[in-house]
Amino acid sequence: MIRSEILKEIAPVIRDQLVVCNIGIPSQELHAIDDQPTNFYMLGTMGLASSIGLGLALAQDKKVIAIDGDGSVLTNFGTLPTIANNVADNFILLIVDNGSYGSTGDQPTYAGQKTSLAAVASACGCENVVECRAEDTKQAIEDALAGNEMTIIVAKCESGNAKMPVITMDPVVIRDRFMKAVQA
Amino acid sequence: MSIHSKIVDDLVANDIRFVTTVPCKQLAGVIDEVEARPEIFHIPSNKEDEGMGLCAGAWMGGKRPAIIMQNTAIGVTINTLATLIQYYRMPLPMLISYRGELREPVACQVEMAVHTKALLAQLNIPTYHFHKESDADELDTILKYTFMCNKPVAILTDASFWGGYGDQ
Repeated sequence: MIRSEILKEIAPVIRDQLVVCNIGIPSQELHAIDDQPTNFYMLGTMGLASSIGLGLALAQDKKVIAIDGDGSVLTNFGTLPTIANNVADNFILLIVDNGSYGSTGDQPTYAGQKTSLAAVASACGCENVVECRAEDTKQAIEDALAGNEMTIIVAKCESGNAKMPVITMDPVVIRDRFMKAVQA
Repeated sequence: MSIHSKIVDDLVANDIRFVTTVPCKQLAGVIDEVEARPEIFHIPSNKEDEGMGLCAGAWMGGKRPAIIMQNTAIGVTINTLATLIQYYRMPLPMLISYRGELREPVACQVEMAVHTKALLAQLNIPTYHFHKESDADELDTILKYTFMCNKPVAILTDASFWGGYGDQ
């Protein structure tokens, strides 16, 4: 399975939740598969999906799912200790770990080699870290949503991208409709 | 009242409830005060761009944020300021220790000081420079301005404002 297949599978589970989605092709895929006002698409700023998601989860009570990638977590490694030490039980971090920088041409990441992001997250102090196969991602998210505990899910999948159009929605429109969904 | 308390009083009075900080000797008193206030959720960040991500999320979640950092961080956060905070039009007060100005003992700090205002100007970021303690009287107005216009706003606080570097 590649990332877009995971997103298709989990779309019905996450569509009513607040979702902060990673820059580049992940956001394009989610936007094309199931655009929702509860989705915040990152159009730039690689690495910050988990930070935005954590800030959002700490500021209000609704559940927040940040969809991140292995490359982006590697870019913002400092996020894992911050997440571990500021527990928000309404926060789920889904790291789609395909071992490659998908949006830039599938260059390999270290997470696809010797580095285990699940082990790093645990070492940083994150208490509920689940590593799963791509096929089990939907179940892992359902379990996390039912569990009411902050959860880090590392979903191991194959590299590859679906061909989806670039998001042309204005960033302020994305942000405004998302904030209205947060307040709804 | 100490200048640290006065600054944090202004943050609280402007409904700022989520503050991220990166350590700084000049700002240590303010950071302690932020940590001590029950009204404020204080979340130290490991890098300033990470902190801006936290602030963006908090603001979308309904809490007014602020970031406290050094001016060297302008070099770290230009991409985040342009493609997150400005692109999505979000307010972000940035209380910045302006290292490398008069009374600076560490020469390397001057290397980023000389770029600080130029970079902020290039980014069209409204910038205020506190040099004397009475300059902080404007902080309340600056914070109101920031949340009126939904922009990042820089408040540079130099060594003279803080009364020097002490025994450093």
